Amino acid sequence: MSRFGNIGHRLYTGEVSFDFVGRRRLWTIISGVILVAAIFGLTVRGLNLGIEFKGGDIYTITKPGVTVSQAQKAANDLTGDSSSLVQTASSSNGQQILIQISSAEKVDPTKGQAALTQSLGLSQNQISTQSLSASWGHDISQKALYGLIAFMVLVTAYLAFAFEWRLAVGALVALLHDLVITVGVYALVGFEVTSGTVIGFLTILGYSLYDTVVVFDGLKAATNKLTKQNKMTYSDAANASLNSTLVRSINTSVLALLPVAALLFIGGGLLGAGVLNDISLALFIGLTAGAYSSICVATPMVAWLQEKRPEYMELARKVKQRRAAEAKAAAEGRTLEDEVPQEVTVPAPTGGPRNQPVNRTRNERRSSGGRR
Amino acid sequence: MASPKSRPRDGYPGRALSLILVVMVALVAIMFGTGNTKPRLGIDLAGGSSVTLKATSPDPAAINPANMAIASAIMLDRVNGTGVTESTVQVQGNDEIVINIPKGTNSTTIANELAQTAKLYFRPVLAEVQQANASALPKSSASPSASSTGGAKPSASSSASEKPKASGTGAAASPSASKSQGDAITQDLKASPSASAHASGSATAKASSSAVAAAGSPKATATPSATGAVSGQVGGTVPAALQTAFTKADCTTTTGRAAVQNAANAAAETDQVVACSKDANSGIWTKYALDKVAVNGTAISKAAANLSTQTGQWEVDLSFNSAGASQFANITGQLAKNQTPTNEFAIQLDGEVQSSPYVSSAITGGQATISGSFDQASASSLANVLSYGSLPLNFERLEVVTVSPELGSSQLTAGLIAGLIGMVLVVLYCLAYYRGLGLVAVASLAVSAILTWSLMSLLGGAIGFALNLPAVCGAIVAIGITADSFVVYFERIRDELREGASLRPAVRNAWPRARRTILVSDFVSFLAAAVLYFFTVGKVQGFAFTLGLTTALDVVVVFLFTKPLMTLLARRKFFNSGHPWSGLSPERLGVRNPLRDSRNSRRPAHTAGKEA
Repeated sequence: MSRFGNIGHRLYTGEVSFDFVGRRRLWTIISGVILVAAIFGLTVRGLNLGIEFKGGDIYTITKPGVTVSQAQKAANDLTGDSSSLVQTASSSNGQQILIQISSAEKVDPTKGQAALTQSLGLSQNQISTQSLSASWGHDISQKALYGLIAFMVLVTAYLAFAFEWRLAVGALVALLHDLVITVGVYALVGFEVTSGTVIGFLTILGYSLYDTVVVFDGLKAATNKLTKQNKMTYSDAANASLNSTLVRSINTSVLALLPVAALLFIGGGLLGAGVLNDISLALFIGLTAGAYSSICVATPMVAWLQEKRPEYMELARKVKQRRAAEAKAAAEGRTLEDEVPQEVTVPAPTGGPRNQPVNRTRNERRSSGGRR
Repeated sequence: MASPKSRPRDGYPGRALSLILVVMVALVAIMFGTGNTKPRLGIDLAGGSSVTLKATSPDPAAINPANMAIASAIMLDRVNGTGVTESTVQVQGNDEIVINIPKGTNSTTIANELAQTAKLYFRPVLAEVQQANASALPKSSASPSASSTGGAKPSASSSASEKPKASGTGAAASPSASKSQGDAITQDLKASPSASAHASGSATAKASSSAVAAAGSPKATATPSATGAVSGQVGGTVPAALQTAFTKADCTTTTGRAAVQNAANAAAETDQVVACSKDANSGIWTKYALDKVAVNGTAISKAAANLSTQTGQWEVDLSFNSAGASQFANITGQLAKNQTPTNEFAIQLDGEVQSSPYVSSAITGGQATISGSFDQASASSLANVLSYGSLPLNFERLEVVTVSPELGSSQLTAGLIAGLIGMVLVVLYCLAYYRGLGLVAVASLAVSAILTWSLMSLLGGAIGFALNLPAVCGAIVAIGITADSFVVYFERIRDELREGASLRPAVRNAWPRARRTILVSDFVSFLAAAVLYFFTVGKVQGFAFTLGLTTALDVVVVFLFTKPLMTLLARRKFFNSGHPWSGLSPERLGVRNPLRDSRNSRRPAHTAGKEA
């Protein structure tokens, strides 16, 4: 643990630094491949829509001792064919059997319940019924889609106001990235999409942005007075800011994932199927994608946009000049006179044990300054 | 608070802490005071049924809040009419009605009945008899009829009557006996009890108008024959085909009424049926033999309860569309010529007779008024029933869920276990990573949990907020969001410490930046929840509600609890001296002894060489 703490410190000071922003091409390739796979999965395989989207009845039987084959037989008797889907799931009260009958079978849920109750010898309390019209799932996903669009418009406006439009674009791209990946994973793996999944997808909105906003907040502070110096380009500053808040990003992501993982474990491990499982699975995938995208997609995206601005292009040119001069000076065995190492740091810290007088040699400074 | 000048640099941590403590104590006290100590559970956790109906209409303008409100009032009536208590009916979004029926009944049956569009008919009364709520009835006999309450024959002012606007022409009544529904009664014994607290305004009318028929034969048990043997007991003539069913029907018990109602519901419009009155009047039920449908409820264009300017009494005005007007004129013309009770027509909703006013002359022009001893509530109730027929809405069944109490409790248990595990994991992570600070996080989480629980419980009582499974899920997910705020603040404090500040200024200086981050990120999270809440329905809404609630509470807790607590703790030696277990020790922060380890602790110009 303490070593991890040290890493936190070394990241903060920049002693250990991962070049997130500079590896833009790598992230583009990784995200690109995943996105292409996701879109491929969506178009070719499509989503495995649950019965909520197709219409039909779900009977949940909680009687101990009923086997899947018994239930399947009872369901087959009911429908006259073997189209019904019988699953098991465990619950805290023992095993459950889920029977799904498509609405195409035209089985009245009341009669279905009565028939199953009789053929499996159930009591009234041992069977639950859910009957869904085909339009239900469509209805709920359409409303979710409207919500999604409204949210994106509002949040983009808000972020543009709270930060600036380039950051808003970065956040939006990261958000879409997370959504497409999550939906794509669903298509590729073939997880069933239910109303719980839709809820999960929608929650990713808030979460993905939560992460991104925390990162952007640091980024904004770090790049506040960037044009007043000539040692760092915008990308450098963005990367330094990312690194200094990396521990925070990791901690927030881990803490967000822990309850979701608990839900997934309980939902998946203990209950087998159900709303808990559906929500948490979608969230788990989305959160993981969100943790990646806020660091590797949103910030590099913003840096790329910012570097196109004239003032930052000018800054990049100056930094390049300076580095060329430094490199030349290093080659000639001397340092530039105007170098003041503590002048611009991100975020600018002052005082403290780190600023104790230290024994500093030229070689050391050169080696760090010239690191590429 | 005080003005900036006199304000101490640390603010007033004590005040904030006592404020939130007072709020907490107050909430918990209200919670116990009002008895709402637990959040209300939704159908999926407590067991029961939920029916979601979607209104459809050829005319989009017809789906408006007023019509939906009438429809949901009728739905509530229909549910309560089945004897279920504590069911709720809500209009959800623009065009959906959600009916929640708690556990304890065979709710699937009810749910499916509700999903069917209500059938409102006007049927001429062929015969009627009163049944008292007496002891076990001999089979195949009319019930011991109570005669007492009837009193005088109804008159226009004291009982329900039609006030004709004009006289009409009509042929003789046609007591043609079509196919009866007698067999349907025996087949069906579903337990859908029918009892209602609503006193229909026409109850007196029914009682009084048939009192003539019932009077004088309090204990008659003779089996009436097809034609004649009804004098003194059964008013009117029971058609032969209905005889068996009419005799057998028992309106005094809930099962009996349910059987009658089911049979009546199953009957076609052209069938003659047996029906029971919806309500008892002083324990007396009325059993009717009804002719085929004369006017369909859909022919009503408008119905409203009004206070009559002439009599000063409540009455129900209704108007028919043109087709309905002529049908109504026809039937009232026929009925007006008949004797009591065959001059009555029954307003039958879902197989139950809501009211049976009598007609004294034909009503033409499509305008009618039902008057009688209504009060405002009963008049409105009847007007609602009649309006329902006029609603240009069809209801499509979107979702019918029946959850057995066992399944519900197992889902609740699973949710609680998941929440507990999630909480424990978060607490462990906080303690392992932040040690002493972790305790602050745990305390803040606990405060947040208490606030969330009490608010949910109170909202359950106040606005009927019901905790469903997605809402539980939202609360669990929110643990992460709440803990994230602490991480943001703690990491800022540690950043300040790394820069060499001592703890008290670090806690103070970290706050403005952390506050900003927390507010911005919580705002985004809250925005997501709010948008979800307003744009979606049902399950998603429950989820969004808890997520929004906990996000808002998170801000409250961080501002009023975590921050002041940190300020206070920063004064303690344990934290201030950087005790190894405080989570703020230099070693754990990685701030090393500068003299011993100068090389690494110095801040290098780390980014200078990076590529752009």
